[in-house]
Amino acid sequence: MNLSQIIVEALESLNANKMRSGLTILGIVIGVAAVIAMLGVGNGAQNSISGSINDIGTNILFVFTGNDQAEVRNPRPLTVKDSEAIADPFAAPSVQAVAPVIQGQHEIAAGGEKTVVQVSGVVPVHAQVRNETLTEGEFINESQLLGRASVAIIGQDTADAIFGRKSGLVGETIRIDGQPFRIIGILSSKGGGMMGSQDNRVLVPFTTSQSRLETGSADNVDVIYVQAVSPEAVSAASDEIAQILRTRHRTAIGEDDFTVFTQQDLLSTAGSITGVLTVFLGGIAAISLLVGGIGIMNIMLVSVSERTREIGLRKALGARKRDILTQFLAESSLLSFLGGIVGVILGWLIAVAIEQVSIVLESPFQTAISADSILLATLFSAAVGLFFGIYPANRAASLEPVEALRYE
Amino acid sequence: MKEVVISAKNLTKVYKMGDVEVQALRGLSLEIYKGEVVAIVGPSGSGKSTLMNILGCLDLPTSGEYSLDGEQVANLTGDQLADIRNRKVGFVFQSFNLLSRQTALSNVELPLRYSGKTEGRKERARQALIAVGLQDRITHRPYELSGGQQQRVAIARALVNDPAIIMADEPTGNLDSKVGQEIMDLLLNLNKEHGTTLIIVTHDPRVAAQAGRTISVRDGVVEEHGL
Repeated sequence: MNLSQIIVEALESLNANKMRSGLTILGIVIGVAAVIAMLGVGNGAQNSISGSINDIGTNILFVFTGNDQAEVRNPRPLTVKDSEAIADPFAAPSVQAVAPVIQGQHEIAAGGEKTVVQVSGVVPVHAQVRNETLTEGEFINESQLLGRASVAIIGQDTADAIFGRKSGLVGETIRIDGQPFRIIGILSSKGGGMMGSQDNRVLVPFTTSQSRLETGSADNVDVIYVQAVSPEAVSAASDEIAQILRTRHRTAIGEDDFTVFTQQDLLSTAGSITGVLTVFLGGIAAISLLVGGIGIMNIMLVSVSERTREIGLRKALGARKRDILTQFLAESSLLSFLGGIVGVILGWLIAVAIEQVSIVLESPFQTAISADSILLATLFSAAVGLFFGIYPANRAASLEPVEALRYE
Repeated sequence: MKEVVISAKNLTKVYKMGDVEVQALRGLSLEIYKGEVVAIVGPSGSGKSTLMNILGCLDLPTSGEYSLDGEQVANLTGDQLADIRNRKVGFVFQSFNLLSRQTALSNVELPLRYSGKTEGRKERARQALIAVGLQDRITHRPYELSGGQQQRVAIARALVNDPAIIMADEPTGNLDSKVGQEIMDLLLNLNKEHGTTLIIVTHDPRVAAQAGRTISVRDGVVEEHGL
């Protein structure tokens, strides 16, 4: 018997029990669709996160105090002096710009509305280092920094929460912890994304923050953003920064009491988190595919016992063990193959639906269905059909013709 | 000199039912010649069905020798037996045993599919249907045919691979006497025209009377060779 004949016969016998075949296929459809949709969501999350990390810029480094790789006793906080040392072009030739930040949560109020947001004290070069752009107004300048001016730049969502609008706010006054600040600019939206809202925050001059808001901070800073001269210079910059800080913190021997983090580190950390997420989602979906496979086995077993006489007859007419085996394997594989195809389409539709819902919920999210995941789901479903078909088919093929013919 | 097509010597068959052993055949011997029409008769429990299964290569004897059309049938594997059935035996059953989803033509074609032949299968199946007088029922399915017509399809299926013997198990058992006689006439006619050896297992004395020879089986041995 050739392949096309085997397939035609299998189709005929599946067609004879439309309802039963349909329901069995449905089990596989749900499994494959779930795998496709979940892998799509997982990969989409991965793309979205690495996208927002890429937006940070490829030549950015973050310097924090403390070290999560090792236990360090009494880590010394980073200070403005550390920041200045890193900015020294002789000690750190790979560093282009340094932007120390000091931050804290504060109450923002205007016209009876109030909200608590993160207020960061920044230097003028911060705009360049963090790639901040404004929809209106101007960024904090050197004289405002030197003069500890009471000026503020606010995010889109903060503006919306306090004033109920996102433009025409330059010149308005807000109160931060009761102290008046004049608005000099509105930040462009950076979107929500996976990293939390980038639009609900307030920037003030570094010196103003030190003297008015974070009054107990002495000379300390929370984080130092460093821009390397080029993406290729990032690792050199990282070494230079580490060298400078080790000298200044006298930790040349023993563990560092600070952490230099690059965008690459962030990407790989986020990648491993979303990788786990994808495997987890895919794994749950795969369970439903497994259940679908058990459905195939169940139906094939029923079919074998229903068709015992037919099997006996075929054997009497000269069918070998292999002929019967292929016949039943063809049927189970066809069930799972059809289920796989419909499942891929349904899974893709589910992914599109998830995107539409996310747009309605105002947090747009792109799912990503790769050729890999389609291939994986299809192959897996075919394998499920074969695997769960083997036992029933083998049972059919091993029937004794005499007994099968006598079966009522 | 008559040519021997079936030669069985000292066949025994023992079934194990739990701890009890049942001897269905106890050293049975017989010979059937080419072109003969033989009726095998016997009361139920006589070992008649067991004999038919072994002669039809559906089952193997526990001991003894059996040769069919010059081939030794003993110690063969299941697939080798299947091959012999396919080439040398045509079966006609009491309950027709047609595949209900397939047309008369595909039903007749079925043995050819398992024989590995690829060319001219449809044409040979068509010729077999014409030979049993069903030239205008070729694309009908079993449920569109009468009992007699269904049995004719089954006979065409038995003929199609040009077997050494046709093994008919109560071929008229599910038919009324008029149609049953038509089927008997057809079988006898095929025997006359093609010289195909015909073995009919039956309870019906009127059927047995039409055979050239009657072999009676009782208690697992041949009681009467009818020679």
